[in-house]
Amino acid sequence: MSQYFDLTRRKFLKSSATVGALVLGTCFVGAAPRVMAGILQKPSASAKEANLFVALRPDGIVEITCHRSEMGQQIRTAIAQIVADEMEASWDKVVVIQGKGDLKYGDQNTDGSRSIRYNMQRLREMGASVRYLMRQAAATRWGVSLDSCSAQQHIVSHSSGKTLTYAELVNDVLTITPPETDKVPLKKRSEWRYINTAMEHIDLKDIVTGKAIFAADVLEPKALIAMVIRPPVVGGKVKSFDAKAAKAIDGVVDVVEIPAPQGAPFFQPKGGIAIVAKNTWAAMKGRKALTVAWDDGKNGDYNSETFKKSLLATVASSQSSVRSIGDAESILAKDSDKLVADYYAPHLAQAPMEPPCATAMYYKDHVDVWAATQNPQADMQTVGAMLGMPKEKINVHVTMLGGGFGRKSKPDFSAEAAYLSMKTGQPIRVQWTREDDIQHGFYHAVSAQHIEASLDKNGAIQAYLHRTAFSPITSTFQEGATKAGSFELRLGFTDNPINTPNMKLENGEAPAKARIGWMRSVSNIFHAFAIQSFIAEAAHKAGRDQKDYLLETIGPDRILDVTEQHADYDNYGGDKSVYPLDIARLRHVIEKVADMSKWGRKLPKGRGLGIAAHRSFLSYIATVIEVEVSEKGDLKIIKSWSSIDAGTVVNTDTVINQVQGGSIYGLTAAISDGITFDKGRVQQSNFHDYRVPRMSDSPLEIDVEIVQSDAPPAGVGEPPTPVYAPALCNAIFAACGKRIRQLPIGDQLKA
Amino acid sequence: MITFTVNDETREFSGDPTTPVLWYLRDEMQLTGPKFGCGMGLCGACTIHLNGVAQRSCILPISAISGSKITTIEGLSKDGEHPVQQAWVEHKVPQCGFCQCGQMMQAASLLASNQTPSDEEIVQGMSGNICRCGTYPRIHKAIKSASKTIAGVEYYVPEKAGEKV
Repeated sequence: MSQYFDLTRRKFLKSSATVGALVLGTCFVGAAPRVMAGILQKPSASAKEANLFVALRPDGIVEITCHRSEMGQQIRTAIAQIVADEMEASWDKVVVIQGKGDLKYGDQNTDGSRSIRYNMQRLREMGASVRYLMRQAAATRWGVSLDSCSAQQHIVSHSSGKTLTYAELVNDVLTITPPETDKVPLKKRSEWRYINTAMEHIDLKDIVTGKAIFAADVLEPKALIAMVIRPPVVGGKVKSFDAKAAKAIDGVVDVVEIPAPQGAPFFQPKGGIAIVAKNTWAAMKGRKALTVAWDDGKNGDYNSETFKKSLLATVASSQSSVRSIGDAESILAKDSDKLVADYYAPHLAQAPMEPPCATAMYYKDHVDVWAATQNPQADMQTVGAMLGMPKEKINVHVTMLGGGFGRKSKPDFSAEAAYLSMKTGQPIRVQWTREDDIQHGFYHAVSAQHIEASLDKNGAIQAYLHRTAFSPITSTFQEGATKAGSFELRLGFTDNPINTPNMKLENGEAPAKARIGWMRSVSNIFHAFAIQSFIAEAAHKAGRDQKDYLLETIGPDRILDVTEQHADYDNYGGDKSVYPLDIARLRHVIEKVADMSKWGRKLPKGRGLGIAAHRSFLSYIATVIEVEVSEKGDLKIIKSWSSIDAGTVVNTDTVINQVQGGSIYGLTAAISDGITFDKGRVQQSNFHDYRVPRMSDSPLEIDVEIVQSDAPPAGVGEPPTPVYAPALCNAIFAACGKRIRQLPIGDQLKA
Repeated sequence: MITFTVNDETREFSGDPTTPVLWYLRDEMQLTGPKFGCGMGLCGACTIHLNGVAQRSCILPISAISGSKITTIEGLSKDGEHPVQQAWVEHKVPQCGFCQCGQMMQAASLLASNQTPSDEEIVQGMSGNICRCGTYPRIHKAIKSASKTIAGVEYYVPEKAGEKV
């Protein structure tokens, strides 16, 4: 870091000295506003809808609608791949239209790693239906049988050799009633030409030339810029404020109070005072000049140190059972040599590179919103509720998201923009700063866990007790809720794969004194951290190889149904006959990654390998990390390897990129500073005190192998994240013998 | 009055001299390639070239660029021909893409001062730029690729950015 900055400063001084000699040339690249391209591209007026996702232009260009939000997972490309493949559309004749928020699409909530799982089948049917219609139209035109006509790459051919292009058939197609979807033949997997390939993503060129449109890049309507100072404590209110100095700043046009939210947080804005200005810098200066006195409310006592103690106290005693088999407690009570460990992990902020941002324009009978949102239907709901307008009147245009990670499925920022537009009668863009993002988030829950195990004479786990306590997401939707929902516990807790005759899983209640929200893979992060660390600890106690012990601990190949052990488990909403918890698949990725990383090889002193495996979002992943820990305690990640089984995948390169990126995102949990509170206020503010992985922290090589599978598609975006911190901590233990049970790692290796 | 060029276009500014160059570029010129990520020079999303050298435009006051040449991603090449941009495509680096304009501007500057950086020099040169999608391994590989193709490239000379096409 420091060398980097020195380098640029030196160059800066040198270059500045030569400035006078520069000749100012003429413009060769436009600085003029460019035409809206990419994600805000509108459907052509001449295009006719063939179905919910496909529209046909007279020239044969196919418009495919992407109704999910693009945040780096290349969903716009994947949806087009699926539809175009089944449709036999030529890739160069495909245009992707970004769907607005609209109930007609069904679920648009782009989180939970389920865009492909929820949509692949119907997207295939939509594409196949258009291919069928093209063949039918040609058959009718030629007066031949449907079976004698085939379609490839935008052309229908008859067995006699004559052909018609899709463009020539567009008008005919639109007169035919589409068949029932079950009558439409889908392609065989062997016939896929786009699905399960590494096609280049459609927005790549726009991104590398700076043309991709993120929320703050929306130029129409030309908006005033608003910055909001929000109550520093959740549940706090404005007591009084003085805007005189702020109003005196050149460019500041208005100061508007945003009302405090009512009841549970939901996605409501926190309230506060907005500075509305002609440009961003004036808004920033105006906000700084504001003086506000706050009423902190009941969360003004939130202190992370105190809270940590209370969470650890909770998991130290018996709590509500959420899964049980056999009699773990009495075995553990008798075992004087049991293994006992407490794990702790702090709040985290998603911290997407693009801070939240939305533009809104209020009209009497409707509102337009342009937002980096993961769930435009949540914007419709939240904005509608804030403005007292039916949600159908809220038009939500989805821009590219500069990362989401769960933060942007909570559209408080869109509601702020819409409210301010209503109050001022002007188009308003609310721009969050990094400080706003770090201090006014919906945080990954702080958690404590307690695990005990009794090992039999062969070292196998004969009894296992695991308690978890964390501030639950339920509190965001139900005021004062302290009980975690089963939808949070099933994220890696109730569905642990440990094969033991005696198991007890318990959940302790915990209050939430901040807004809690989901972050990429959610409570899988701390649950996998504890479970996968503990299994490695047990391996060490048993004197066994970590990987061999992990394989033995998950037990023989079988379908595990945790509901048979009194667990409330909804399997991520996936039908358990279609998406069973299949231990064979978990075993396979462990064996595969052991192979990839040459597990068991001899390493130099100070180096170590760690492994972790986990099923989440119906996918299976195992990761091995190689680290080096110096004698001074400096940690370096040499390389990591992952094997993922996500069932059927659409874009192989995207999956690899997601596993690489999800790994580094998982590194955040291990090496970031965490979010802490004092007097109800977040103590971090920007990337200097909420450090996130940089290139210097990351492995430069992450090898990924995808298990080729015909199983139905499962999640990809989130599963790579939970395994990373435990694999890392297991590697650290192997390298230097230090066991990390509390995250972040911080200076624990230095001691 | 402050005079400078942006992507070779002469510009004059007489407003608040403390305005960060980032907001001038974005709000006044609608050049939205440079992004706002932190406002403190900590993340690199706003990286531009000042006389050919990478700078964080979010903390660079406009008063400091009098007589200087500013290049943004929009001016790095006409249509993505710069070896760094091409390498980014070749390695399919971007995920969400938000930080990538800054990453590429940083990489172009790094390669302009050192056409054959070592693995460690790349890490040193790029660790001021954050990517939350975690594209670091691909960025690293792309820079190594670009370093092979950038030697002798005529159309982009950082000290004379834009004079040749």
